[in-house]
Amino acid sequence: MSGASNLVAMKKIVQQLRFEASINRVKVSQAAADLQQFCMQNALQDPLLTGVSSSTNPFRPQKVCSFL
Amino acid sequence: MGEMEQLRKEAESLKDQIIVARKGFADTTLQEAVAGTAVVSRVQLKTRKTLRGHLAKIYAMHWGAGLTQCVSASQDGKLIVWDTLSTNKVNAIPLKSSWVMTCAYAPSGNLVACGGLDNMCSIYNLKGKDGNVKVMRELASHTGYLSCCRFVSDSEIITSSGDCTCILWDIETGTEKTIFAGHLGDCMSLGVAPDFKSFISGACDYTAKHWDIRDGNCTHTLSGHESDVNAIGFFPNGNGILTGSDDATCKLYDLRSDQELITYQDATIMCGVTSLAPSLSGRLLLAGYDDFNVNIWDALKAERVGVLAGHDNRVSCIGVSSDGMACCTGSWDSFLKIWN
Repeated sequence: MSGASNLVAMKKIVQQLRFEASINRVKVSQAAADLQQFCMQNALQDPLLTGVSSSTNPFRPQKVCSFL
Repeated sequence: MGEMEQLRKEAESLKDQIIVARKGFADTTLQEAVAGTAVVSRVQLKTRKTLRGHLAKIYAMHWGAGLTQCVSASQDGKLIVWDTLSTNKVNAIPLKSSWVMTCAYAPSGNLVACGGLDNMCSIYNLKGKDGNVKVMRELASHTGYLSCCRFVSDSEIITSSGDCTCILWDIETGTEKTIFAGHLGDCMSLGVAPDFKSFISGACDYTAKHWDIRDGNCTHTLSGHESDVNAIGFFPNGNGILTGSDDATCKLYDLRSDQELITYQDATIMCGVTSLAPSLSGRLLLAGYDDFNVNIWDALKAERVGVLAGHDNRVSCIGVSSDGMACCTGSWDSFLKIWN
């Protein structure tokens, strides 16, 4: 019966919304500060951000000069 | 008042409560919070390798947990495992169904998975005894296409589907452990948290949802996008969620404040986002678009700081290697490129 299943579905939706409404939240200022701190703390270890010199770039092997 | 009508009213009231609650914690914006920080300088990445071998559109790629191997899936009906340093193909796995839409590499390096219009997730053992790569399991019960899959371990994998659900599977037994239902549109993409305790999904209902893997609950539903959410990924700190949408924008949400922090958009960008990946520190957001380019954003300042232009067709997938050393893009032009 579609009426009964609609009711069941609606009850689930309300239950889910109750759950989502009740979660603990943190201020945006805190969240933003944590994000920024994480970026700063890991910036030097981020090769795409700092750039990679060819001597340390595994994808760009140094050309080797050899005596023939 | 009928029970249905009462429930509807309660639903509307709860939605309003959530809006008010979120506003209550919005004491500032990310933009204001980082106003004193300078934008990163222009990022110019070069193509270091081109992986050639697929004969049709590439739909997905995923880096292995090791530093240099990745797997790619193409509608030429092949899954290829690449050694990106040498550009050699470690494995070229022929698929039963060529309509593949996603692939994944297990963190252990032992397994790869793929799926698509066959509605199934096929698991392949790369380290079989006789050296042949064979199908280990076929996980079948989704009633819609497989849009994405990600391993939690060698014994568990999560899939997202056009049937609007995500499923956590027991690979050993080939059965569903948990079904995550709640999205009102096709699930397009998923991402597993760095601590493997939760995952996020993006869907055609324009929302992103955050789920607890163990208890099966959806803990957050994040909206704001004006079209399908095609791409999703965790910010590396595990608290932020990055999304990419057909509405031509990417967004950053925070789980703890349960709201959107910023939108990455530009008046000149009018095409959908297909894929995204953050750099190791999260400071850079690399996003692939329908216009064949990848835009690189300063994730904190929401300014574009670079472009990767090198593909001759849509960039369908993108990933950053586990040590952050390189970014890989896959395209409908049948090539993968490694950049740094």
